[in-house]
Amino acid sequence: MLGSLLSDDLPRSRLLAAALVAIVAALALAPFLFPGAAAINTAAKICIFIVLVASYDLLIGYTGIVSFAHTMFFGIGAYGVGLGLYSFGATWPVLFVGLLVALVAGIALALLIGLMSLRVRAIFFAMITLAVASAFMILATQFSEFTGGEDGRSFKVPELLRPATKFLDAPVLGVDINGRLAAYYLVFASAAALFLLALRIVNSPFGRVLQAIRENDMRAEALGYRVVYFRTVATLIAAAMAVAAGALSALWLRYTGPDTTLSFAIMLDILLMVVIGGMGTMYGAVIGASLFILAQNYLQRLMGLAAEALAGVPVLPHLVHPDRWLLWLGVLFVLSVYYFPSGIVGRLRGRK
Amino acid sequence: MSVPVLETRDLTIRFGGHVAVDAVSCAFRAGTLTAIVGPNGAGKTTYFNLISGQLAASAGAVLLDGEDITRLGAAGRATRGIGRAFQITNLFPNLTVIENVRLAVQARADNSRHLWSRWSRHVEWIARAERALEEVNLIDQRETIAAALPHGDKRKLEVAIMMALEPHVFMFDEPTAGMSVDEVPVILDLIHKLKAHGDKTILLVEHKMDVVRSLADRIIVLHNGQLVADGEPAAVIASPIVQEAYLGQAPGRKPEAAHG
Repeated sequence: MLGSLLSDDLPRSRLLAAALVAIVAALALAPFLFPGAAAINTAAKICIFIVLVASYDLLIGYTGIVSFAHTMFFGIGAYGVGLGLYSFGATWPVLFVGLLVALVAGIALALLIGLMSLRVRAIFFAMITLAVASAFMILATQFSEFTGGEDGRSFKVPELLRPATKFLDAPVLGVDINGRLAAYYLVFASAAALFLLALRIVNSPFGRVLQAIRENDMRAEALGYRVVYFRTVATLIAAAMAVAAGALSALWLRYTGPDTTLSFAIMLDILLMVVIGGMGTMYGAVIGASLFILAQNYLQRLMGLAAEALAGVPVLPHLVHPDRWLLWLGVLFVLSVYYFPSGIVGRLRGRK
Repeated sequence: MSVPVLETRDLTIRFGGHVAVDAVSCAFRAGTLTAIVGPNGAGKTTYFNLISGQLAASAGAVLLDGEDITRLGAAGRATRGIGRAFQITNLFPNLTVIENVRLAVQARADNSRHLWSRWSRHVEWIARAERALEEVNLIDQRETIAAALPHGDKRKLEVAIMMALEPHVFMFDEPTAGMSVDEVPVILDLIHKLKAHGDKTILLVEHKMDVVRSLADRIIVLHNGQLVADGEPAAVIASPIVQEAYLGQAPGRKPEAAHG
């Protein structure tokens, strides 16, 4: 049962297994364990980014394709659902049609980029994705009548997912059983399903060929694998998953805009999460996304506490002042790459 | 006479002004081991690359079972039964030994592109890969990462990958190069066994003349990209053109040493 759910790709490290169980349990029970809007937002963001990072790892970690267009597909998903709900009303059919349109657009765009450029050297492919993603971001901000421009669009979600929708009159364990809770569990369940799907794909015969291509594309070709076909299909799958993650993001935030989905800052975050978690391991996406987003959201607060505690001591309070949180995030990143070049998961699995 | 398994017709490749393989026409028949000899730089490996599709010909044609495959890429030629073991070891470095071979077995299967089944459940692929490793005496290194193997074992793995492809045409490019003396017999035995099947088409680039003598049914000689001799081993080795072009330059010395 567990083997078939995890596609026979078990964590193979007790510590990793424990960490994964802890993360999954925390996310599954987040609304009850961590009350408050900030905590639940963080949990939903982790769920969404696990999917986004896993789909990116399918490209960079498993197939060895460096793409900078991943946030573009994330954005296509968010805008597809978001603009649909904004323009045609907050109903389920609109939501699904928006998702479908986004999936078709995302896959078509990925196919176009793939066929045009996967035959060329990796560096050119990276440059082309960068160019296309930049063009897309400019389009999204310039077509402001349609997309809301820099400000993006806020919209309503279907009634079932609205905070005002109450399922029970009385709170359970101090938590209101409302549409917001339903929305969280929709995000959580979708993310879990998409992650397990990605795990199955990398452990399929197809996924094994992707690893062979990453290792030595010329040898893979000499065995009879048409490398362009495999690279293209991998690109399409990753794009489709990013679109789905974008749709979840739009549903959760009830907002879509360039800064939340399309920006290169997010692309960079995804890259860091993949590297911190461990390239070429799907579990790395879970660990990387969780750690990174927790640090992003709570490091500042933690440092504020530290600065208060150290008040009166010379120099130190300035070092841990909340305004320096990016510095410390950078230090943590450098240390983690230095000590775990194969990522946290690579390190944990390597120890055996 | 029947159609040859493999044939090249005026096969040519130019790199700028340099003609690396120059109008080589040659037919290879089933059940024959053909050794391809010639000094370093004669175009032997380039000729191999043109046959297995790593390089595209400037002119001429490659035929497999009478069918023109010149326009096919390396993948298409591999699926049609041309197997290649490379001179410069060409593995999947960060994958295990068994996975290197298993990928070759999988390439032959109809369901090699399945997205949904689990690779670990295709036990028949793993079993076939284990047999290929047993054939080259590498089964003890099953779980070793390929990059960590000693040189001789890498050469064996290279050969095991080709064996697992179960091709019709076996192309060995100096399979024993850089192997220690006690490792060489494993590979030679394997080629002998292949020959014993009686229906395999085997091409062998080899510098060691004792190996060539013991294995070859026929020798062709390449020199400056051209086919300069073709025939029975004894006759070819004795021919003046070979003595001059290749063997005569330093009797008893290996050409690698001579070309340093």
